[in-house]
Order: sequence, then structure tokens, then C-alpha cells
Amino acid sequence: MIKLTEYLSNMGDGRRFFTTREEVMADIQDGIGNAVDCTGVSELSSSEIDHLCEIIINRQRVVGVEPGSEVVMTEDFGANRFGIDNGTCGNGVEIGRREGSLIFEKAFSMDTFELGHIDYSVKAVKPIIAHEMQTMEQLQMLMTAPLLYGAMPNMGLYYKPDGPYGNPADLMREFKIEEGQQQAELAAEHVARDCEFVAVKLQEAGCDGFDFDTTASAGDAEFVGTLNAVSALRKARPESNIIMGMAGENILGIHGSIEYDGKVVAGLYPHEQVELAEKAGVNIFGPVVNTNTSKSTAWNIARAVTITKECVKKAKIPCHPNMGMGVGGIPMSEVPPIEAATRASKAMIEIAGADGI
Amino acid sequence: MGGMRTAGDLVARMELSRNMRLDEAKSYVAGKLGVNPIDLSDPCIMRDLREELDIGVVTALPRASRGIQSKLKIEEVLGIKINCCEAHRNRMKR
Repeated sequence: MIKLTEYLSNMGDGRRFFTTREEVMADIQDGIGNAVDCTGVSELSSSEIDHLCEIIINRQRVVGVEPGSEVVMTEDFGANRFGIDNGTCGNGVEIGRREGSLIFEKAFSMDTFELGHIDYSVKAVKPIIAHEMQTMEQLQMLMTAPLLYGAMPNMGLYYKPDGPYGNPADLMREFKIEEGQQQAELAAEHVARDCEFVAVKLQEAGCDGFDFDTTASAGDAEFVGTLNAVSALRKARPESNIIMGMAGENILGIHGSIEYDGKVVAGLYPHEQVELAEKAGVNIFGPVVNTNTSKSTAWNIARAVTITKECVKKAKIPCHPNMGMGVGGIPMSEVPPIEAATRASKAMIEIAGADGI
Repeated sequence: MGGMRTAGDLVARMELSRNMRLDEAKSYVAGKLGVNPIDLSDPCIMRDLREELDIGVVTALPRASRGIQSKLKIEEVLGIKINCCEAHRNRMKR
């Protein structure tokens, strides 16, 4: 039996535990402090902190927003999610992408949806582009909700042994710093070309937009390569709708000094990333804040909301923070608890001011 | 926002195509549909309105527009261009 002074909550790995209002407030303050220390953003106000505490300690299992405050949900990976294995949190129920997309549209009422290849990387899509184009054309005849095409730049696939370029991590271990940087720059140029090629083809096939998912997973050079791909796509097809979803909260400085528009991108946080994304021509930006599995949900949500709020404030385009397994304050768990997911979403909408999720 | 069950797909289109922030996108769509922004997430109001405007409904309604048909009508209602509709018109030219 839960005591009147105790509240059921979750850790960052999804485990439930009992906490008190005082502990929740302490975790919220600590999470905010960590966000400010890492990124230099502003703290939440005392009224926002109180509001966040009330969200966390709400006794209902599922929490929501008031009618009229709902936000748009954009999706990634598409109907592959039904059939893929647990490594991507899939259910192993293999159905076709056409049926799956219609189920997401009609039964799950998604605001937008994506078509994606099961090997969800630009490099894997390029050789089967005709297949993806004709599938997009078919689905666009059948679906009403916006259907985008999604793929990850995933520049790691361009390094040896999977790709033609030297692996900067290996080269830098051998103190071949300049060579490592040069290989990263060449890989970034290649990924930009491939991203532009794939995105232009899908635009020709009638997609409602292109989602560059997990941008900067391979660090700063990949971020620059993807920004260049966005600029090229915007130039080639000015009417394109472009979403950029990030891989992590901070751009890893594997190259260390690569620039976009005269700005070194290593170390940038979401409120700085969005400015470059806007310059490149992105329509919707998806910031990421990583979950700490050793900390409570209160800590993680407070941190995520503090960082995302600054990104939303700085942005001139809609911001849809990435929220899911291990990001956006939600626990890193194959099956994230709904109590944590709804609390994080409510906080992101009501305090950070997200335009979508 | 509930997708085709309500007006979530329409608000999403305005965020994507015109970079509209959430409140601006809701106001725009509400204006075009002749409703209040709070009505956009009301499934009862939106189900009937979507059928009346023939812009696609979430249930299986015989003779209602679906897919490309409903998107051609969404273009007119919202005053936007949708990529697949442009592609469709180009393919229909002789």
C-alpha cells in the first residue's frame, strides 16, 4: 500500500521506486543544475519547477494535457517497427509496409508517418532507390496523412571496414590526427552526396518530406555532411519539407574543428544546433537530450525540459523533441513505462513549449 | 493530435510546409475550416466536418474520398500544394 507521503516513480532505466515530494524537488533542482552546467542555458523559473513537481507526483498512472493543448506527433522508422526484432524495439509481427502504414494512419491515428527501409540508412537505400520510390508512389495514392521518407545519414558506414574511408577513431589512436580529420571530411562529402541523391529521388516520387534521422551519430563531420545535404536538397528542390532529428544532445568532436557556415560544430547543444539547421533549410528540428539511467525520471525530465526549452525559444522553426527509449527524459528501456512517457511528454509540452513530439 | 481522427494531419502539414509554429498552425487550420482551434482535437466535430469537406475520414466510409483524392481536396481547403498531388497532376497530362 502506498503511503500518503510517497509517490510511485521510475528510474532512468525504467525501474519503479517510491519517492517523496522532497526527493522529487531535490532531483528536479539537481537535473536543472546539471543542464545549466553542461549547456549554459537558463534555469527553469520557480513556478515551472513547482508545475514540474506536480506533474511527476500526480497520482494517476497516465497524465495528459488539457483539451486544445495537444501537439503534432512526427514518427520515425515507419511500419518496419511491426516486423523488426527487439534490437529496434520491434514486435516481430511481419506485415507489409503498405498494410502497416495504413494501420498507423487509420488505427493509431498518427499525425504524420514515414516510409523507411528496414536497414534504415541512406547508404543502404541508395542501391534500392527504385524500389523505395515505387513504394512511396503507391502509398501516396492510398494515404491521406503526410507520409515522409526517413533514413539515417549514418556516416559510420562510410568508414573501413564497411566503407572506403579510413576510420578516424583508428587513425587518431595511432596519432594520425590530420589524416583522421581528412578522412572524416571526405566521408562527410560522400554522405552529403548520397543524402541529396536519395532525398531528391524520394521527392520526385511524391514524398511529403524527408527525415534525416539520428543526425550526427558519427560526430561533427556527419553533422556538417548532413547540413550540406539539406542545403543541397533545398537548392535542388526548394519545395521540399525537411526534418532533421538528432542522434545525441551534444555533437561529438571526433574531427574537432570542422565547420559549417564558419562555426565549429563540435560540442554544440540543441539551442545552438537548431540555428545551423535553420540556416541549412530544415523545416522541423528534433533535438535530443540523453537519459541518465542512474538518475530518477524527475531528474531526467527536469534536465531534458530545461535544455529543450532553450532550443524551442531560440528556434524560428517548429521543434519536435525526440522522445522515446532513452531520450527526452523517457527511461532507457525496451518497453518504456507509460507513466514516465506521459509525464515527460506533458512536461515537454507545457513547460518547454514543444511544437510537437 | 489524433491524425485523421481529428485535424492532426492538417496541422502537421502547415508546420512542415510553411514552418508554422504550433499555435500559428492551429489558428491557420481552424480559420480555413471555420472552427475554433480547440475544436481541432474534438473527434466528434472533426469527423463530421471531414466527411462534409470530403478530406478523408479515419473510418471505412464507402464513396468517401481517400488517399490522393482526399489530398487533392486538402490542397484546396488549406490553400497549399502537396508534393504527391503535383506529381499526380503532372502524370495525368498528355
